[in-house]
Amino acid sequence: MSYVRSAIRHPDAEKNALGYTRKEYEGAISSLCAGCGHDSISSAIITVCFEMDLEPHRIVKLSGIGCSSKTPAYFLGKSHGFNSVHGRMPSVATGANMANRDLIYIGVSGDGDTASIGIGQFAHVVRRNLNMVYIVMNNGCYGLTKGQDSATADKGSKTKKGSPVVLESIDLCEMAIQGGAGFVARGFSGDKKQMIMMLKAAISHTGLAFVDIVSPCVSFNNVPSSTKSYTWVREHMEASHTFDFIPYCQEISTDYTNGKTTPITLHDGSTIKICKVKNGTDITRRSSAIAELEKAKEQQHILTGVLYLDPDSKDTHEVLGTSAIPLNSMTEKELCPGNELLAKVNDSFR
Amino acid sequence: MKIRRVNDFVIRFANVNGSGSASANDLLAKTIFRLGVPINPYNIFPSNIQGLPTWFEVRISEKGYLGRRGGVDFIVAVNGQTLRQDYDMVQPGGYFLYDSTRKLPDEYRREDITVIDIPLTRLCNEEFSDPRLQQLLKNIIYIGAVSALLDIPLDTVSQAILKQFKKKPKLAKPNIQALKIGFDYACAHHSNSCGLSIRSSTAVGDRILMDGNTAAGLGALYAGATVVGWYPITPSTSVIETFERFANLYRVDKESGKKNFTVIQAEDELAAIGIAIGAGWSGARAFTATSGPGLSLMTEFLGLAYFAEIPIVLVNVQRCGPSTGMPTRTQQADILASAYSSHGDTRNVLLFPRDPHECFQMTADAFDLADRLQTPVIVMSDLDLGMNNHLCEALHWDDKRKYDRGKVMSAEDLEALTEPWGRYLDVDGDGICYRTYPGTHPDKGAYVTRGTSHNEYAAYTEENQAYERGMKRLMGKWNTARCLVPRPEITIRKKGSKIAALYFGTTTDAAREALDQLESSSIFINEMRIRAYPFQKEVFDFINQHDIVFVIEQNRDSQMKILLSGGCRVSPGRLIAVTHFNGLPITAIIIRNQIHTALLNRKLKQQ
Ligand SMILES: Cc1ncc(C[n+]2csc(CCOP(=O)(O)OP(=O)(O)O)c2C)c(N)n1
Ligand code: SF4
Ligand SMILES: [Mg+2]
Repeated sequence: MSYVRSAIRHPDAEKNALGYTRKEYEGAISSLCAGCGHDSISSAIITVCFEMDLEPHRIVKLSGIGCSSKTPAYFLGKSHGFNSVHGRMPSVATGANMANRDLIYIGVSGDGDTASIGIGQFAHVVRRNLNMVYIVMNNGCYGLTKGQDSATADKGSKTKKGSPVVLESIDLCEMAIQGGAGFVARGFSGDKKQMIMMLKAAISHTGLAFVDIVSPCVSFNNVPSSTKSYTWVREHMEASHTFDFIPYCQEISTDYTNGKTTPITLHDGSTIKICKVKNGTDITRRSSAIAELEKAKEQQHILTGVLYLDPDSKDTHEVLGTSAIPLNSMTEKELCPGNELLAKVNDSFR
Repeated sequence: MKIRRVNDFVIRFANVNGSGSASANDLLAKTIFRLGVPINPYNIFPSNIQGLPTWFEVRISEKGYLGRRGGVDFIVAVNGQTLRQDYDMVQPGGYFLYDSTRKLPDEYRREDITVIDIPLTRLCNEEFSDPRLQQLLKNIIYIGAVSALLDIPLDTVSQAILKQFKKKPKLAKPNIQALKIGFDYACAHHSNSCGLSIRSSTAVGDRILMDGNTAAGLGALYAGATVVGWYPITPSTSVIETFERFANLYRVDKESGKKNFTVIQAEDELAAIGIAIGAGWSGARAFTATSGPGLSLMTEFLGLAYFAEIPIVLVNVQRCGPSTGMPTRTQQADILASAYSSHGDTRNVLLFPRDPHECFQMTADAFDLADRLQTPVIVMSDLDLGMNNHLCEALHWDDKRKYDRGKVMSAEDLEALTEPWGRYLDVDGDGICYRTYPGTHPDKGAYVTRGTSHNEYAAYTEENQAYERGMKRLMGKWNTARCLVPRPEITIRKKGSKIAALYFGTTTDAAREALDQLESSSIFINEMRIRAYPFQKEVFDFINQHDIVFVIEQNRDSQMKILLSGGCRVSPGRLIAVTHFNGLPITAIIIRNQIHTALLNRKLKQQ
């Protein structure tokens, strides 16, 4: 158990527009190791949903298998959840989303769950641009099976008990950009402020919002020789852009209209303001987004922030032309063609 | 002695695949069917697209025996690669039609068959110059010749051509011309050669000629399936293609042009069934279809759906295994793999359709059963049933029928609760609990679905008793399933007979024919057609009423027999295996011979 939660709350704990306190977005008590990065991400998800005034029961949380995939039990206790099988969260999310397009889908996975056993499903849910937030809690190892290297472990990086990784690592953000995700970001579980901004923008985005969050595993992969450790990440983190996320109902503050920023409007009307701290990178272009990532890697830096954004992103429903009414709400009336048509069908088989 | 028969023979066409012969052969089969004569067409095709041998066989049976008969009375041999094989397989007294543009080799010297030479290539090339059309029209020429030989009126076949080319009338003309060339040639040169004949009949009645996959796709459409995940594989592909084709006709909103369904071609079968599970969990009716290798890939997810109790329908169109096996040949060899698919104590509900009509019905019913039982339901079709046309009862839908969505809590239901709701709490004592769809109520009815052990309130638990309680309740639900699935069909040929036979699915027609034959030599065998798993009490009662029961099935290992013995409710010695597994549909002769031999051996032993 990572922490003991105080049962006593301040009576007038802050409420959001729906009248809910933050507590109402929490889940069961975490059973992860104390200090595990995953818990910080859960906490960020709770804050984000609370601050965005999302109705908890309109959110669906899904996961695969792993320590990371256990976290949906630890946030959004009033939301429906689906803890599926190892590496297969994307297909379950696809089915659920196709059945009911009106809910918000948050998928949580690990680097083992996504970059190895589930890499096929990951690549294809990205390609479908399913309307969901896909979070990878990336610790460079298999936490739940006790610390084996994962496919995102950087070459040369060393876990607590292991020898240096000899294989190339897979960069899930680059894959997501290439594969067709409309929104790609990378964060660090130690930087809550950035995580919150990023997740808010991800939820507002229509289409697949992929968020890779480096999330150290304190039990197996938090030694200084590991590139997924707290110390290493803190020393090598570089923000791609300073950005702010402005929900559409909020006034746009004048600070951002000084020409140095690029406002990008999302589908729900909210805006992301990207402040270009770097030499004119255009995050709406795939090629430059990938080039930036590669450049940072060469310099042994971890690039964080929103890395890529397609403002014209079209999700699966739009591409396939499915009804605006959720399919799971339809009845015989909309779905059954009736016996008269069947008689015609019969005739064509005579 | 020539075989002389009316409306009762087997004709086979030997072709090269990709040569357009399929539609020509189908034309003849359809014509006979439209004359009211029952037929059973069967396609034997290779697993490639072009250039390999393929055969199309039509059994014609006024009496309505629709199983494969075995043996060929008339062969149309237009594939040089298999000429010898085709020549040798004709029954004594039968007929061998070949393209005499090239002379038959000297060593073809059978005297017990009638050779009918028609210079197909020459006739065709003399008349048609377009090389693209030549190949196709050559097929039509032999159809013309065969029609003449079987006494089918030219006009009837012409009508069939006109119907086939309704949308491309330009093509109808050369086709009819080719048909006439063949017809006239046969009349002129072989007017009295053939003793086989087709005469119009009323035996077909109201029935239709459809393949099982079309019927299953339609069944899913009528049952209200909205989300499909799939991955192409022979022989199940056309289940989904049919669903999509008809959905595009009947399920598109007229005003918005938007689809009231979605078909997602997934990256593999793991994802295909994952999509169905996600959608089923969310309250949409969802399904997938697959065959052998796909079923193997789906096993992990089937266990999840069983344990987390999520309704999905899987149409399993069985083909020849193991592994890639013979992908274009038929078998009933996934019985155990489907029944017990997934690790741990998993069991899945199976339905066994015998013909396309039942494919339609059972696929539709599978959705009600899956929703009611909150578990996967597998429709056990096979390649023979799925990909070949079969004569069957016309499809019917009762417009008053309501979908049974099972035990689902609405927001009002949740509001009205006085006790806390438990997703896996057996309130009614039938092992089936109440579920909710995501997003139903602001603060009631949400839970985390999981494949890990859970208690009655869906919370993760490693408590042994809670796990055991859950597993026992699933057994209770299984017993409820027993009462809901289709009952067996029992026919008592002679009261008090101690011998019985048991069969299912596409073995039905051949089995019944074999039992008829045995009956005509005074061997009375009572019969039972199993239509579902779990088995009902009457299945075991029927078996126990007989001393020996032949279990007829199309696999090597007697899988149905093993499944029946699994419950330990019958003594295994009672069950005698009758099997056939070479990839071609089982025939009455095979069944009859095996039963005969077994009965003889038994007699010898008793003496
Ligand atoms: C099919 C299958 N194979 C193997 C496992 C065992 N397993 C459970 S979690 C896991 C790795 C999880 O790693 P990751 O996704 O990175 O999650 P983490 O624990 O690191 O957060 C493995 C291999 C499994 N559950 N299912
Ligand atoms: S093993 Fe690692 S990943 Fe798993 S809970 Fe502990 S710290 Fe977190
Ligand atoms: Mg990991």
